[in-house]
Amino acid sequence: MLPVVSESYEAILRPPGINAAVAAQWLEAFLRDEMPRRRGVERAVIGLSGGVDSAVTAFLCARALGPENVHAFALPYATSSPASLSDAQLVVDALGIHFRTIEITAAVDGYLQFEPDADARRRGNVMARTRMLALFDQSAKLGGLPVGTGNKTERMLGYFTWHADDTPPLNPLGDLFKTQVWELARYLGVPRALVDKAPSADLEADQTDEGDLGISYAHADAILAQLLLGYSDEQLIQRGFPPGDVRLVRRRVDSTHWKRHLPTTAMLSNTAINEFYLRPVDF
Amino acid sequence: MEPPHSLLETPPRVRTAIVQTKPLKGRYSENLRAAGDAFAQLGSADAPDLVVFPEAAFTGYFLEGAVYDLALPARRFANDLAATWSAACGGAPVDICCGFYENDEGTYYNSAIYAHVVDGTAQIVHVHRKLFLATYGVFDEERFLVRGRGLRAFETRFGRMSMLICEDVWHAIVPTIAAIKGARILLVPSASPGRGIEGEEELESIERWREILSLIAAEHGVYVVYAGLAGFEGGKGMTGSSCVVDPRGKVVVRASATQAQIVRADLDPRSIDLARAELPLLGDLETVLPDLLADEELSLRRLENGHDAAGR
Repeated sequence: MLPVVSESYEAILRPPGINAAVAAQWLEAFLRDEMPRRRGVERAVIGLSGGVDSAVTAFLCARALGPENVHAFALPYATSSPASLSDAQLVVDALGIHFRTIEITAAVDGYLQFEPDADARRRGNVMARTRMLALFDQSAKLGGLPVGTGNKTERMLGYFTWHADDTPPLNPLGDLFKTQVWELARYLGVPRALVDKAPSADLEADQTDEGDLGISYAHADAILAQLLLGYSDEQLIQRGFPPGDVRLVRRRVDSTHWKRHLPTTAMLSNTAINEFYLRPVDF
Repeated sequence: MEPPHSLLETPPRVRTAIVQTKPLKGRYSENLRAAGDAFAQLGSADAPDLVVFPEAAFTGYFLEGAVYDLALPARRFANDLAATWSAACGGAPVDICCGFYENDEGTYYNSAIYAHVVDGTAQIVHVHRKLFLATYGVFDEERFLVRGRGLRAFETRFGRMSMLICEDVWHAIVPTIAAIKGARILLVPSASPGRGIEGEEELESIERWREILSLIAAEHGVYVVYAGLAGFEGGKGMTGSSCVVDPRGKVVVRASATQAQIVRADLDPRSIDLARAELPLLGDLETVLPDLLADEELSLRRLENGHDAAGR
């Protein structure tokens, strides 16, 4: 009998990998080129939620621009978890970056007092958009630029507030799956408490991302990586992914394409912006 | 018995410099001035015979509709190169290969020029128009540009060369044809946005480039001078990594992926002959290629006005 070596689908059932050192170096170059070099802006303004995405963003900005140029803001609402704030402080202590806490409760309640029936989703959206308002205003005050923290998984699944989390002009993590962000966090030395805890938008009590999404990030990322290559649901199921997970991911991706675009503009001419009149963002 | 090699003259080495540019998008004059600074640096000691720049070296690569604002006639571009060289280095002769967007009376190309500059004037030796306009995924060249239709190996004062722009090199047949046509040095201006983060030591796209360039050099016994654009353009990072690959496929020097840099190497024509003596694949191919291409199953008829030669 000859030994047989066979192709295995085991590897594709795992989330995609990352060479964290290579990715970190590339993202630091991105931040340096796009901020001081292209825009003449040295200061990064980051909303520090206490989660791993904003922590990684702060670490990358500190490495690329120097900790003295990183301005982090905790923007808690009355119901935000105290642990979020203490975890944000761990990042600040590790990096020596500027840090300020600005309560958004009065601003959020100033509007919501007229909308007593607003459900959790609406209330969460108001909080997210208020945070973005604060970050843009702080950027104007400091002569800085808001740096986004959204990852590819939440962008693909539409798990974010449109024109809130996705608005910063720069986003270093937007092409990294959540599981890759975790790997990068370990490489960069992000405090373990942030890497190991269950990710949460912290817009409601005891909320977790994976509870909201109905799937673990590890499973979602493995499916997304193959789905983005063009494989059909049937092919993914054939390769060993659970049918329920595949359909859940597909449904979320297919129902949120609009969230990954700018507003739809009615075209009326041969010079419609971004349709006929085409200039790159850095022109 | 005569001593080895006495029958052959020792040909001069080609002192080569790659100027890996990191242009500011669309700021042609400013970027040209930066090239002037590089020329001054090069001219101050051990001035090169040949200077090679990347694709879209003075404008940036992703221009979209702005390509029509920035594309230049080849003659105007050659004059700009000559004036910039002369301002920095006087009348000293130099050959310059550089990628640029070309406006040929309203037809636009992604081109590379090879110019011989002496006494402040440029003689255009050849203009290569990119054959394979990358138009997939992140790339959209053919929306704005027209394909080149020919590949030449052209005579220079350092022997025969060809220019291949970026994706031109990814089709193995193109450098093969250049080598068959007699090119001993392949000049490859390029702009490659980096991607793939599961590589062992660097981005996967950089590793892929290195493999391709080494295979080409070793298979045909040619020098490959690769000039890669550097810098991020709207989030897409050009991977620099300009390099010189010797005729045995060894990368003899390589630039960083992210910085503007100058790469220096001397190309030794004798090394080409020796590599081909050791591994005579090109000679073998010259013998067999006509038969391979004459194969009727290949159906290589050229399209004329949308129809093949048989009028179909």
